[in-house]
Amino acid sequence: MKTARILLFFALISSCTFAQESIFTYKKLPSVKLKTVKGLPFTSDSIQNNGKPMIISFWATWCKPCVRELTTISDVYDEWVAETGVKLYAISVDDSRSMTLVGPMINGKGWGFNVLLDPNSDFKRAMNVGPIPHTFLLNGKGEVVYQHTSFAEGDELNLIEMVRKLNRGEEIK
Amino acid sequence: MNRRICCFLGAISLLFLVPVVVRSQDILKGSEVHGSMQADASYYLTDPKTGITDSTLAGKLIRMNAFTEVNYSLGNFTAGMRFEAYLPPLIGYDAQYNGVGVPYWYVNYKNDFIDITAGNFYEQFGYGMMLRTYQEWTLGFDNSLRGLRVKVMPTKGITFKGVYGVQRYYWEPYKDYNRGIVKGGDAEFYLNDIFTSLNDAKVKLTLGGSFVSDYQQGTTKDIPSDGKILALKLPENVASYGGRFNLNIGDFNWFTEYAHKINDPSALNNYIYKNGNGLFTNLSFSKPGLGISLMSKWIDNMGYKSDRSVTNNMVNINYLPSITKEHSYALASMYPYSTQPNGEVGISGTVTLHFPKNSKLGGKTGLSIAANFSQVNGLNKTAVNDTTLVGQLGTLGYTSTFYGFGSDVYYQDANVEVTKKFGKKWKGIFTYLYQTYNKDVVESHAPGDYGTIYSQIGIVDIAWNITKKHTLRWEVQGLWTKQDKGNWVAGLVELTISPAWFISVMDQYNYGNSDETQRLNYYTLSAGYTNHSTRVALSYGRQREGIICVGGVCRYVPATNGLTLTVTSSF
Repeated sequence: MKTARILLFFALISSCTFAQESIFTYKKLPSVKLKTVKGLPFTSDSIQNNGKPMIISFWATWCKPCVRELTTISDVYDEWVAETGVKLYAISVDDSRSMTLVGPMINGKGWGFNVLLDPNSDFKRAMNVGPIPHTFLLNGKGEVVYQHTSFAEGDELNLIEMVRKLNRGEEIK
Repeated sequence: MNRRICCFLGAISLLFLVPVVVRSQDILKGSEVHGSMQADASYYLTDPKTGITDSTLAGKLIRMNAFTEVNYSLGNFTAGMRFEAYLPPLIGYDAQYNGVGVPYWYVNYKNDFIDITAGNFYEQFGYGMMLRTYQEWTLGFDNSLRGLRVKVMPTKGITFKGVYGVQRYYWEPYKDYNRGIVKGGDAEFYLNDIFTSLNDAKVKLTLGGSFVSDYQQGTTKDIPSDGKILALKLPENVASYGGRFNLNIGDFNWFTEYAHKINDPSALNNYIYKNGNGLFTNLSFSKPGLGISLMSKWIDNMGYKSDRSVTNNMVNINYLPSITKEHSYALASMYPYSTQPNGEVGISGTVTLHFPKNSKLGGKTGLSIAANFSQVNGLNKTAVNDTTLVGQLGTLGYTSTFYGFGSDVYYQDANVEVTKKFGKKWKGIFTYLYQTYNKDVVESHAPGDYGTIYSQIGIVDIAWNITKKHTLRWEVQGLWTKQDKGNWVAGLVELTISPAWFISVMDQYNYGNSDETQRLNYYTLSAGYTNHSTRVALSYGRQREGIICVGGVCRYVPATNGLTLTVTSSF
């Protein structure tokens, strides 16, 4: 009886682990309508970087840690792009109240990455994001290989290290 | 014998299981399962100084709000559901949430031409002045529609949307017309995509229009007024309609939405028969290093709910956000503004400047400055005739001149924020605010109860990167006012260790309270651990009574004392 139970248990576990690799990985970003900071239509399908890694970060103008994260990345972003070819898409979940402040704010802060608007959180919901900041790392095939919630100074070093690993063809654990 | 049977059954089930797993892998190839969860649980303690006693806690010492959402997708098909539990709801959330259940589920099919959702959905038409459904967990806000939504994209640049359903009201199921049925349509045209000749034009124009209608059964209602019973005739169908445009020329952007609503007597507007209207406009200019945003909003009798007897945050059909700046520092958000749907007119302006590294003002590390001003006034309301009071129940209410500023200031906020790096390891954010807060109006007290509060607030926020992974951040905040509870001072120290840990201590001290027994310290000790997309945080302390706002929708939170555990995760 014990043997059968153990066998059954392992069969289940192995099928689950097998499933875990496939079922719980975003193989493709959900297709959701967004807006550019100029208010023009944009679809999440167009988020791409010619086979290079990408970072997607959910933020809002009123979220202090989010702004800290993006300011920190902004300081080193040009170097990151030159070295690894990575591209950052910052998805603002500011609603009608503050979405018109996003454009002036990113220009005012001199941020050089792509910023998109998700005013009714459709993309945020489709990506199952809870509290922000929430950051996704995508490999060249557009699969999500890592995600992280919250921000502490130093997290950006971890992120770029993983981008380098992806460029070297290594796996992200 | 028993053992043999078990072994046999085990082997058989294993034989069946393997092919099932393999086969389902084939059929369901490409399917994905994702989800998220959050649990907020508190253990409450008595605290006589803030008025929390055994009798106010009423034995419900442990409370929890929690949800789990799971979404399944396969190709163009998606389905999902959210389970919620409030056992019982945390202090500050409506007691009607008490319970468990699945308030949200949906199935969706979409391709490039059509997008159909059956079940619950969140939708927004334009700016939201006619329709917006959304969820905000921290506020306990959810006005999702349950019904059917269809979006059609016949050609690039054109989107039509249609919605039909009933809204969530806590756990109360919809039956026998116990609340309204909402239906609406929206069309949006992005001209530069529709006309190929305009594809590369410098001027970009989007036009949109919406129509929303709410049906609530009941043509009459008896309302007690001054000891008499007034029998009111009610419109069963209340319509709202309007249009919008977004014009973009190079660095300039101009967005405007106008909405009109037919007479909609409700508990919110004291059952007056006046039509409502609203206008929001925003002009912004931005180029690298400089951003300017100017906005203005006019709201006159625009509360719109699918149940006219409800006055709290539930069953809102439209969204009327505040145009004032949303602050996140503790003392800066002590007096937050929330939109007055019965009437307000306001302006707001923001300028953001960035002086890059190695410039004259930017120095070696760069400098950012953001300044913001906003003011919201009441409307200039005049009585409809000599025998009717302004806003009198069962009448036409009042008349108002479009965009006429009334003399009552509801809110004013002037603030400036400077962000500066000092070398590679130090960064400071310095903020000054001057706020005027009409407590009677914003918190719906009788005129003269509390009056208007004028406060000055100063905040210094310094971060020191001790090592690449360790950062120590501290805040010193002060709020000075002669009104309400007087002066406050607050301090915070927070240590973060990338990528997993944080620990922080905060204290807010009401040293200037005119009632000496209320000169209290509101201290909080928190710690948290993050692993990928899972976060666990524990905090202990005394929470001051206050108002939590997200996007201009606010919730009152009474004072509490205790231990709170928050777990969030997504996969």
